[in-house]
Amino acid sequence: MEDPPIEECEHDDINKTEQDTQMEESKQNNKDVEVAPALIAVHPTQNSVAVSVGSDLRVFNVPEDCAVTLVDESGGASHNDSIRAIKYGANGKLFVSAGDDKLVKVWSTESWRCISTVYSEKRVSALAVSNDGLHVCFADKFGVVWVVDLPGVDGSEAPLNRKAVPLLGHYCSIITSLEFSPDGRFIVSADRDFKIRVTVFPKKPLDGAHEIQSFCLGHKEFVSCLAFICTPDYLQGILVSGSGDSTVRMWDVISGSLLDTCEVGAKAEQLKFDTSEANCSTVTDICTIPDCTLIAVAIQSLQGIMLLSCNLPSETLSVVKVVSIVGENFIPTSLGSSISGGLLWMVTGASKLSGSDHSSLSRVKVISGFRKSSPDSLEQEPVVLGDCEIPGGAKLLEKLQGSISIDEKVFLAAAEAVKTAMCNLLIKKQYSVEKRECRKRTRNDKKMR
Amino acid sequence: MLENKANPTINKSTGLPRKRFYRARAHSNPLSDSHFPIPLSPSHVDYSLHYPQLFPSSDQINGSKIQFADIGCGFGGLLISLSTLFPETLMIGMELRDKVTEYVKERISRLRVANPGQYQNISVVRTNSMKYIPNYFEKGQLSKMFFLFPDPHFKEKNHRRRVISPHLLHEYAYVLQVGGIIYTITDVEELGEWMKSCLENHPMFEALSQEELEADPAVKLLSTATEEGQKVARNGGQTFQAVYRRIVPAS
Repeated sequence: MEDPPIEECEHDDINKTEQDTQMEESKQNNKDVEVAPALIAVHPTQNSVAVSVGSDLRVFNVPEDCAVTLVDESGGASHNDSIRAIKYGANGKLFVSAGDDKLVKVWSTESWRCISTVYSEKRVSALAVSNDGLHVCFADKFGVVWVVDLPGVDGSEAPLNRKAVPLLGHYCSIITSLEFSPDGRFIVSADRDFKIRVTVFPKKPLDGAHEIQSFCLGHKEFVSCLAFICTPDYLQGILVSGSGDSTVRMWDVISGSLLDTCEVGAKAEQLKFDTSEANCSTVTDICTIPDCTLIAVAIQSLQGIMLLSCNLPSETLSVVKVVSIVGENFIPTSLGSSISGGLLWMVTGASKLSGSDHSSLSRVKVISGFRKSSPDSLEQEPVVLGDCEIPGGAKLLEKLQGSISIDEKVFLAAAEAVKTAMCNLLIKKQYSVEKRECRKRTRNDKKMR
Repeated sequence: MLENKANPTINKSTGLPRKRFYRARAHSNPLSDSHFPIPLSPSHVDYSLHYPQLFPSSDQINGSKIQFADIGCGFGGLLISLSTLFPETLMIGMELRDKVTEYVKERISRLRVANPGQYQNISVVRTNSMKYIPNYFEKGQLSKMFFLFPDPHFKEKNHRRRVISPHLLHEYAYVLQVGGIIYTITDVEELGEWMKSCLENHPMFEALSQEELEADPAVKLLSTATEEGQKVARNGGQTFQAVYRRIVPAS
């Protein structure tokens, strides 16, 4: 039997001739896809913290204790659909945001002006800034990674709306995460077809990246997130990845070999109070704590985070502890940390929730207790900070959350929304035989007689 | 061969499966989601299933790995010609269409029975090579890759479905060893030019010289060994080939 000719990447290509029932269903699916989880990013030296919810980008300046107003005089369009990726450059000078509106916006973190607006042909799913801050890479829904160069970021050159050129391609698979290795030699891309690809980042990126260093294969479901552990002893970095198969895996990027696997799903399962739901231990985000070997993991069923420790000499991963957030239904959708500060920032939330008064919502929480002095163990117990203990306090929360107090009900809605968004986007659809036949009959690429 | 008399799908005189019982569409969409099993990584490819005589048990490692891949092998004509030409080399055909794969499987197993000791080095697998090449082969594992009469995908909108494309060449360069050769042939002039220009513009491939082409026994098979090639020859059609070598890029 032939597979139905459904292109997997773009879900909004609905067959117009389908029967009404199917039409409704597709619309429903389409709506779910549009729900975007809230994202958080922290400046490398914690000069600012950024949260995105839907098309809304919120930035707070921590040292000056004030909300940042973004200035966009680049002449390009503004974000008008869900933002899917936000990131600071490694040197902290740049901030990039991109998403479903096919816009990639590059901001200066000094002035918070938009330096450049790049137009993508397809919706953008992942972003990365090269370590020298000269190139921005973004991945579209068709699995192509594009590169734009940004010379004159520091200079007075007029803002340019540059054109991106293709760098590399995963064959028609949604790219979920993009990361540069700490030494800048490789660009790593993960996709929903279980693959992690390590590509040599070329000297002239605009000519394309031709040399694949390795493939890291071993995940049994979509790969949702990537991060590098980098310590002074391991400057080249060790790659860790989280996946829909409820594991966090550790890789040697040079050879692509799997070093260790940590079954975080099994551990989270034991802690769950509500056991009615099965199979929802997808790893949504991972965040490495700079200069130490701790990894914070956000899991779809876990209220709080799981902390893993990586033993570099023996190349093993182990669960250190679970930091639970009691009292609130806080399942983080995104994590962030900075080199200084010793804090782990978390956000939960989603945009465009149906059945909610708020058009979009987010809740920010912070865990403290990460210090450089003790690289592989926790100096003190990690503590979930109260709202007033967070740097920036109520002012910061008001900016990043939109309001200080958040209705309890919205947490549940957020968790649910994130789950469906991820399911729709990343999990392969299974069709029954009848449905398959029906789709085949109504395919729109058939010649009309 | 007695049992063949009862089985109409087998040709009585040759003992081989008959193509008419393995009818399939000419094309298959490489973009659609696949629901067939895929090995987790190249080390998970079970050689004992593909080459039972050479690998009696699945845990046995005798050091040799698949070296030739026929991408979109169709009805397997090339594999069968190559099998006797390179009897010491393991090779595999990759085909997306289910029924065609079944036919090639049956054809190989019949050939093995009819010619004891021969055709043990060839096999076929149903997979989408455009997505899962890295799941089957390690870096630098292959010495030859064949792309014979691929789907032309004329519409510009569908060019990304072509099996030779700038992005996919990166993956082919990854699985090919330095000095490994990529063979392409088509009867569609437009596609022939496309494949040639993709390879020409890729820094990790260089064209073989005329002398090298003449000395290579595999080149002769390109237009003669496959069912598709024979059809083109029957109709007096033209073919366009591009044969390139994997090189270390000048940095």
